[in-house]
Amino acid sequence: MPGKLHRLGVLSAVVASSVLAGACRQDMHDNPRYEPLEASTFFTDGHAYRVPVAHTVARGSIRTDEHLYTGKIGGQLADALPVAATPELLARGHERFNVFCSPCHGRTGRGDGMVVRRGFRRPPTFHSDRLRSAPVGYFFDVMTNGFGAMQDYSAQVPVPDRWAIAAYLRALQISQHATVADVPAEKRASLDAPATAEDGAGEHAEHGAAGHEKQGH
Amino acid sequence: MQIFNRSANFIAKASIVGLVLVVGSLLGLLTTANRWSWVNNQRVVREQPIQFSHQHHVQTIGLDCRYCHTSAETSTFAGIPPTKTCMNCHSQIWITSPYLEPVRSSFRDNRSLRWVRVHDLPDFAYFNHSVHVKKGVGCETCHGRVDKMPLMLQENSLQMEWCLDCHRNPAQYLRPRSEIYTMGYRPAESQAVVGARLMKEYHVNPRTSCSTCHR
Repeated sequence: MPGKLHRLGVLSAVVASSVLAGACRQDMHDNPRYEPLEASTFFTDGHAYRVPVAHTVARGSIRTDEHLYTGKIGGQLADALPVAATPELLARGHERFNVFCSPCHGRTGRGDGMVVRRGFRRPPTFHSDRLRSAPVGYFFDVMTNGFGAMQDYSAQVPVPDRWAIAAYLRALQISQHATVADVPAEKRASLDAPATAEDGAGEHAEHGAAGHEKQGH
Repeated sequence: MQIFNRSANFIAKASIVGLVLVVGSLLGLLTTANRWSWVNNQRVVREQPIQFSHQHHVQTIGLDCRYCHTSAETSTFAGIPPTKTCMNCHSQIWITSPYLEPVRSSFRDNRSLRWVRVHDLPDFAYFNHSVHVKKGVGCETCHGRVDKMPLMLQENSLQMEWCLDCHRNPAQYLRPRSEIYTMGYRPAESQAVVGARLMKEYHVNPRTSCSTCHR
């Protein structure tokens, strides 16, 4: 019966081609377009995109606010925030400080982060008289342009976050140089509450602040 | 006169059973083949230009995911760090290590390192990384225990059934935003309670219509 045989042949061809088609799936998985950071053979540098000419300003994003973008007013480091100091700003700064700064500076800002313990040059503590009296714009400037062994963080930390970190640094400095009298009377009771793991500063609390300041220089 | 041997009775019956078995196993093969790791690359380590250890940088050094993957919270793509991010530390640490020579030459010559992408969704699926982070999906939920991966691998299949498992019932995976970057997170109460509460709080209403992802 050649008719039936023929049908069986067609059926097996369909099954076989559907099995083999599984191998061709990558065609639709990888469309002929570039994903972010995908390599290209078109340009000699291997990038799929072109780097804008230096000092290119995108429409609507010219940086005319000297205080906001350089931390300076009239060429002098500013000692004021260009944004409102709110609890949200400090919380944001706290989070970003722990992500980007604490690897070297440590969570308490004493310059004893894990990367320093692995051999990076020790940064100065934030709790020295020099840095306590430094204008807040100084910290923004260092984050933006780098300082000493520290590379700049302008690509990793956007401008608003840099100010949040600078504001948090001020709060951190005050927290490490405060007396009981600085704490509002109604909050003093909470000072005696046991520390939680969240504080992350437990190991430093045992040491005297003065001893660390000497190490910091 | 008999044309067929007596055994033809058995062969006829056996061939019916055999046909069912062959067709059945072929269909089974078709449905399971896509779940094999050589098809979806699940838990397959791929060779990279540098043997970068997430375990060392995350678990030992304690770096936050966002130190390098800066656009994870804000972009459709979590981002691969530029060589400069490596040099933030490696300008001073391990500066003579031959393992890191590709990093140094990349920085010197301004040539990008050619990392092999591990988590690569098919181009016909739309995906936005930041919205998943904002809605309470932890890194670990999709990427596994990265802090225990000496070499990076893809923990999950990244296939549609895997996406839908969460899109149909996100409460089983959601965690508070404060715990997104925690590795080894355990919910304080039962996950069903936490998940249901977070779904309301973060307005999590994932859709499962075709055009949600295939747009």
